[in-house]
Amino acid sequence: MEAVKLAEPAVEERKDFIRTKGKQKQQLKCDADSVAGCVSQRACVYCGARVVLNPVTDAIHLVHGPIGCSSYTWDIRGSLSSGSDLYRYSFSTDLGERDVIFGGEKKLALAIDELVQKYPAKLVFVYSTCIVGVIGDDLEAVCKAAARKHKIEVIPVQSSGFIGNKSAGYRAACDALLRLIRSPDGELPSKTRSINYLGDFNLAGEVWIIKNYLKEMGIDINVAFTGDSSYKALKNATRASLNIIQCAGSMYYLAQKLEELYGIPYMNISFLGLEDTASSLRRIAEAFNDPEAGRRAEELITRESALVRDQIHWYRQRLEGKKAAIYVGGGFKAISLIKQFREIGIDVVMIGTQTGRPEEYDAITDLVDEGTVILDDANPSELEKFMVEKGAHLLVGGVKERPLAYKLGMAFIDHNHNRKHPLSGYAGAVNFAAEVYSTLCSPVWNYI
Amino acid sequence: MLDCTPKEIKARSGGVINPAKTCQPIGAMYAALGIHSCMPHSHGSQGCCSYHRMHLTRHFRDPVVATTSSFTEGASVFGGVSNLKTSIKNVFEVYNPDVMAVHTTCLSETIGDDLPSIIKSTEIPEGKLVIHANTPSYQGSHITGFSNMTKGMVNYLSTATTEVKKEQVNIIPGFVNPGDMREIKRMMQLMGIKYIMFPDTSGVVDSPITGQYTMFGRGGTRVEDIRDTGNSKLTLALGGYASGDPAIQLERKCKVPAVAIKTPLGVKATDEFLLALRQAFAAEVPYELEEERGQLVDIMVDTHYHFHGKKVAIFGDPDILIALTEFVLSLGMQPLYVLTGTPAGTIGGPVGTFEKEVKSMLEQAGVDGKVKAAGDLFELHQWIKNGPVDLLMGNTYGKYIARAEDIPFVRVGFPILDRSVQPYLPIVGYKGAMRLLEMISNALLDRADRDAADEDFELVM
Repeated sequence: MEAVKLAEPAVEERKDFIRTKGKQKQQLKCDADSVAGCVSQRACVYCGARVVLNPVTDAIHLVHGPIGCSSYTWDIRGSLSSGSDLYRYSFSTDLGERDVIFGGEKKLALAIDELVQKYPAKLVFVYSTCIVGVIGDDLEAVCKAAARKHKIEVIPVQSSGFIGNKSAGYRAACDALLRLIRSPDGELPSKTRSINYLGDFNLAGEVWIIKNYLKEMGIDINVAFTGDSSYKALKNATRASLNIIQCAGSMYYLAQKLEELYGIPYMNISFLGLEDTASSLRRIAEAFNDPEAGRRAEELITRESALVRDQIHWYRQRLEGKKAAIYVGGGFKAISLIKQFREIGIDVVMIGTQTGRPEEYDAITDLVDEGTVILDDANPSELEKFMVEKGAHLLVGGVKERPLAYKLGMAFIDHNHNRKHPLSGYAGAVNFAAEVYSTLCSPVWNYI
Repeated sequence: MLDCTPKEIKARSGGVINPAKTCQPIGAMYAALGIHSCMPHSHGSQGCCSYHRMHLTRHFRDPVVATTSSFTEGASVFGGVSNLKTSIKNVFEVYNPDVMAVHTTCLSETIGDDLPSIIKSTEIPEGKLVIHANTPSYQGSHITGFSNMTKGMVNYLSTATTEVKKEQVNIIPGFVNPGDMREIKRMMQLMGIKYIMFPDTSGVVDSPITGQYTMFGRGGTRVEDIRDTGNSKLTLALGGYASGDPAIQLERKCKVPAVAIKTPLGVKATDEFLLALRQAFAAEVPYELEEERGQLVDIMVDTHYHFHGKKVAIFGDPDILIALTEFVLSLGMQPLYVLTGTPAGTIGGPVGTFEKEVKSMLEQAGVDGKVKAAGDLFELHQWIKNGPVDLLMGNTYGKYIARAEDIPFVRVGFPILDRSVQPYLPIVGYKGAMRLLEMISNALLDRADRDAADEDFELVM
């Protein structure tokens, strides 16, 4: 079969979004709108807001719009709960033609009434979708009235799809969380020796791994944003004395705001890979200025590293020299992945993100080898072109990239919603190596 | 336990909980993939396109490519004219398909972009085509979207050029898997009748692995064939909801008589499909197909005692449900609940007869069941809580109900996100019915084995 001929040059406008390390000096263009008529792998504002807020387990997540936006996001996040399962149901106002013509406010109010009667939830998130932004429903007013009527919190999420890309959705979600955290009487709970863990969505139970590590160090997680979180825990977010951020793409803004408004300092950490996990634990102990926590962290690091050393070594021996391509959502995850691959002997030859920020792209450029291709908001043709050109054996990506890699006869691991094993901490590092091994070294590739 | 559905049923009118449908554009995107060398294009925010591609990719486990107009705030205020014009230019420059099939979204519909005039006023490279369909997400469902895009193919392409209609039949397969489309084509070949199937996603979303990525697969109905549908002597619309409207449009435009029949699923519906062909073309049903039918009925007889009297709940898309209800009735099962999320009829669309059709089947069989269009899975779950069933059939989203109520579950329909292979294998035709029989009996008998006490555990069943 003939491969599709890649038009050369690809869309002229896309040139600034791609660079090869060592070749060009100019800044990579990113965080801009996608070019119309391209196969963008990107999603919308609503998507960004939904993925951040959806793991709040005991909230009613009501999507105000036609059915699609709610259908496509029904329980796709894979974030685990230790309590309520309400977040795994799909609630939509299912706007029809009449609602679009006459307005959807009444239906929205009715939907909230009916749901609140059914479920004893204290919190409702109402997501705005494209159409709501255009027909001009007053979400604020409906939510305010419903909150008063039911004496619970009904928070509008301003996530009409067209107002930006996924990053704008992260921001809309953070704004909704800030509204939730804000105390109406200005009174704040007193600080405790605990931290908020920002940007972990408890995929495959990752929050729980980190929670145990910190507990061993004598530090509690106050609340995770937003993996396995609940109304009550989020309400008490300001009790924490430190915010640590895993997924910076979605949570950097919230961390800044929490510092500005409530004086909670923040730091970036990463629990992906052995190196980053160890240094993150040490830095947290330092931040608390607590020698005892530091001592316990060292103990933990020594013990856990020893436990996984042989396993990682076993995988490294088998994976050494392979080449990986990375295409993930945020820039920070991409940075961690480069290091994590290095730990198992794999070089990254192509790396891209959907929503990376300029400073993250700079960090990536510093980390990777000469000749590595770096690209923002890539489309499948570009991914294909560079993966093939650079001789990648493996792609890390999300749902839409998986079959593309497979068709090229290339191994794949999901570092997104579909991950099935936790990839955080020491156990996660082994899982990661095992996943890479099981896809790279599967016999199926011999039959293509 | 993952179950937030209370048993007590209260009337609701404020929307949907756990939908049994999704929106029009994804149906339009799927239909467009059934044209050879076609780029589906979503005229709206980039999220829509991304979600549809993700959903289709998860179901078919194949790359699904489509482009988007990437609406911004500006486009939403001033209209998406320039977005679409730029898109048309870029799509042909970069991806170079033969056809670009544009569908709208709730956003572009509401701001009122006039697609026909935008397309007419845009320079399109020679030999290339841009077609469109209006697919407002706030009407109908993904099935309506499939129907509208297929109608768009008729509007733009089908042409009557011959005085006398050709001895060939148009087949509109409906929103089914490529495995089903292949099976329908196999039956057509066995019947020896010349046919044009459109849309045809086989060879597009079930393409073989070659070590190379081809953006547009070998499959899909060729443009010249869609044009030629105007010269056929008959159109068979398989399933009124997804295929009826385009067939009627073809009748209006090119005077090709339209006959709407059920999706050929189960003995009776497959019989009707072959009979319709035999009547129109004076063709004999070949022995191969007769043999398959005989085998199917043989299996039904061999195993009827597994099925008789078993209560079943079915949900999904209306065309499949109508035929599937008929099939499970033919096995002696009792379909107590039959529910689709697709509304009965839509403004400007066909008037659906789903509830009427299914109810009359149940009445004839003496089954006292509930039938509902525009329903949701929350309601179905409540029905089941109030009157249990032995088996649940439907798309992946049924797994929550199956788990909560501990019911055997057969996955059928769209989307199936947690099991593989099904897009390759048919549920239509006699062969497809055999496969369904196997799936249903495996589910029921695996459960019987699991639940049997040691003394009741049997080797031969």
